[in-house]
Amino acid sequence: MATDAREAVLTRIRAATGNAPETRAVMQEWQGIRRQYRQHAARDHEGVLELLIDRLRDYDATVQRVSRDEVSAVAARLAAARGIRRMVVPEGLDPALLPAGLACETDRGLSAEELDGLDGVMTGCTLAIAETGTIVLQRVAGQGRRAISLVPDYHLCVVDEARVVETVPEAMARLQPTAALATTFFSGPSATADIEMTRIKGVHGPRFLDVLLVRDGERL
Amino acid sequence: MSGQPLDPRTAPTFPAAARAMLGDTQLRKNVRHATGVIQTKRARVVEEMPDWQELRESGRQIREHTMRHLDHYLQQFEQNCTRAGGVVHWARDAEEARRIVVGLVQAEGAREVIKIKSMTTEEIQLNKALEAAGVHPYETDLAELIIQLGQDQPSHIVVPALHKNRQQIREIFQREMHLGTLGESPQDLADAARRFLREKFLRVKTGVSGANFLIAETGGVCIVESEGNGRMCLTLPETLITVAGIDKVVPTFKDLEVLLQLLPRSATGERMNPYNSIWTGVDADGDGPRRFHIVLMDNARTEILADEEGRQTLHCIRCGACQNACPVYRQTGGHAYGSVYAGPIGAILTPQLQVLNHAQTLPYASSLCGACYEVCPVKINIPEVLIHLRNKVVRKKGPLTPEALAMRAMGLVFRSERRFRAAQRMGRVAEAPLVRKDGQGQGWIGWLPGLLGGWTQVRDLQAMPQQSFREWWEQREKSEVSRGN
Ligand code: SF4
Repeated sequence: MATDAREAVLTRIRAATGNAPETRAVMQEWQGIRRQYRQHAARDHEGVLELLIDRLRDYDATVQRVSRDEVSAVAARLAAARGIRRMVVPEGLDPALLPAGLACETDRGLSAEELDGLDGVMTGCTLAIAETGTIVLQRVAGQGRRAISLVPDYHLCVVDEARVVETVPEAMARLQPTAALATTFFSGPSATADIEMTRIKGVHGPRFLDVLLVRDGERL
Repeated sequence: MSGQPLDPRTAPTFPAAARAMLGDTQLRKNVRHATGVIQTKRARVVEEMPDWQELRESGRQIREHTMRHLDHYLQQFEQNCTRAGGVVHWARDAEEARRIVVGLVQAEGAREVIKIKSMTTEEIQLNKALEAAGVHPYETDLAELIIQLGQDQPSHIVVPALHKNRQQIREIFQREMHLGTLGESPQDLADAARRFLREKFLRVKTGVSGANFLIAETGGVCIVESEGNGRMCLTLPETLITVAGIDKVVPTFKDLEVLLQLLPRSATGERMNPYNSIWTGVDADGDGPRRFHIVLMDNARTEILADEEGRQTLHCIRCGACQNACPVYRQTGGHAYGSVYAGPIGAILTPQLQVLNHAQTLPYASSLCGACYEVCPVKINIPEVLIHLRNKVVRKKGPLTPEALAMRAMGLVFRSERRFRAAQRMGRVAEAPLVRKDGQGQGWIGWLPGLLGGWTQVRDLQAMPQQSFREWWEQREKSEVSRGN
C-alpha cells in the first residue's frame, strides 16, 4: 500500500515533468544556477565584530568583549545580575570558562522536567553571523543537546571572535562539513509578534541572552 | 467565524464571502494595521540588502530547477533521511496523509499531540481527523493557539490570527484557560500562553509538524519559527511526525543560504527569524525524538506540476509577502478566500489544489496590480498565473463569453513584460478620473466601468501607486549610477 503511493506519486511527477535525466546532468544544471549574491565579507574582521554586537544589542541581548581569562569572572557577574543560581552546561565545555562560584550541572541526559528546574544554560557555539545577529549551535562538545539551550530561561553564550562571519553564505559554507548534525540558528531571544504585530521578547525559548565575545579563543 | 475548517469545496464564492467580510470594520482595521506594520518592516530590511534582486533571481532558479527534477530530489531526500534513521511515508492525497498520521499516533498509544504551526496540516484538516480518532492536538504557536481556543480559522500564512486584536485575544484566553484576571497587554497575553503550554511541552510525548525545507543532499529538515514552540515540539517529544508537501524539497544545504535570507526578510521583516532548526533523521546520542516519521504528500501538487504555466505556483516558500502587499487581501482579510491559503498565493494555489473543480472565483480575486509579483522573494509571476487560471476557468465554462474574450486580451498583456509595464502605467492614467481621496490622502476607487464593475460593487480598490516599485527601483538605480555609486 505504502509502496503503491510512492510509485504513484513518482510516476505522476515523471509524467508531469516529462524527463528523467541522469544524476550527473541534474548536478550540472544545479551548478549552472546563477549565484551573483554576496558570498564574502565586505568588512574587515573588526567591522564584522562591531556589526554582530550591534545586531545582538538590537535584539536586547547584552554583549561584552573579553579575553579568555576573564570569561569565568564576567560570566559569574552576569549570571548573578540575572539572579541565576543553578545552570546546566554541556559536556565538553572548558571548565575554566564556567562562572566562578556558581552551581553548574553537566548535562548527561537530563529530562525536560529537570531542565525546567534549572535557571540557565551556558554554551559555546559553532559560529555567529554578524549581518543577521545569529548564533549557530550544533550537537557537538561544548554546545550539547538542543534541549539544554531551549528549556532554561537564560542563555549565556561564549562566542570566539574567530567564529564570527559577516554573511549567511559564509556561514553555510563553514557549516557544510557538519551539515547533518542537529543545528539551531538563533537570533536574539525567542519572540512573537502575533498580537497586533507588537514584538514581545520571550515566549517559549530563553527570554534572556548574554553573549561573551572572546578575543583570544581557540582558532578554528 | 465558526469552528468549521476553511474548506474550498464548501466555502461561499469569493465575491459573496468578501461582501460579508467588508461589513466587519473591526476585522478590516486589524488586518490593515497588521499588514501595514509587516510591510514597513519588510521594506526596511529588504532595502538594506544590496543584492536583494540577485537573491530573488537565485531563489527563483533554485525553485525552478528543483521542480524540473522533483523525482530525483525526492528520492535523494528519502534515501538520506532513511539512512539517518527517519521513516519516509508517501501520500497521494489528503485522505491518505491523514490516515498515515492518525495511524502513527495511534500506534504510539498517544491521546494528545503537540503541534507546530503548519499550513500543510491545516490544508488537510488534520486536527479534525485526530479529534475524530480521540486524539487531542494542542496548537503551540501563539497565533494558532488563539485560533484553536477561539474556534476560529487562520487568515494569513505567517500571522494566522492577525484579524484579532488584544481585547479579543484576552477574552478568548480568559475563557478557555480559566484565568480569573488577565491583563490585556501583548506581554501579559504571551506570558499566559507560555504558562499554559509549558506543561504540555514537558508532558506530551508526540509532536506533529510541517516543514519549511527538506534538504535532498543530507536528508535534513529545516523549520523556521519565532517563539521556540517549534523547537519544543521538535526536541522534547519521543516521536516526531512531519507532514510536508512534495514541493518543499531543496537540492542542497548550500541552497538554504539563499532561501534563509529571502524568507525571514519577506515574511516578518526580520533579518533572521529567531529560530531555524535543522535536523537529520534521528540522533543516535539521544538529542531529540527517538522516532522520526515524515509524510511526503502530493495532494494535487503533481497536477500543478504538469501545467507548465501554473507550475511556478509550487515555487512558493509561504512567506506571506504577497498577502501583505495585496490591496484586495488588505480589504477583505483572509477568510473570504475560503481556504487556509489566502491572498494572491491563495488565489492561485487553492483553485489548482482543487483541480479547478472548486474555488473558481478566486482567480478573479485580484485587481492584477502586480504588487504581489514585485514582493515575491522567488519571483512568482502571480498575475500571469491568475490570467492563465481565468482562461482555464473560462474554458471550462465555454470559450466565447465576453468574459473569455476580455480575459484572453489580458492574458496577452501579462505574457509580455513590456506590455505589462505599459498597461500598469496606462492603468494609472485611465483610473485618474475615478479616484477619490480618503482622509489620509490615500486614493480609492469606488467605481470601475464595464467588466471590472462587478468587482468594485463589493470593494473599494486602492488606486495604483504613482510609481510602481519597478519604476522606482530603476530610477533609483539610475540616479545611483549618476551619483557615481
Ligand atoms: S507567492 Fe511569493 S510572496 Fe506569496 S507567499 Fe509565496 S513566496 Fe511569498
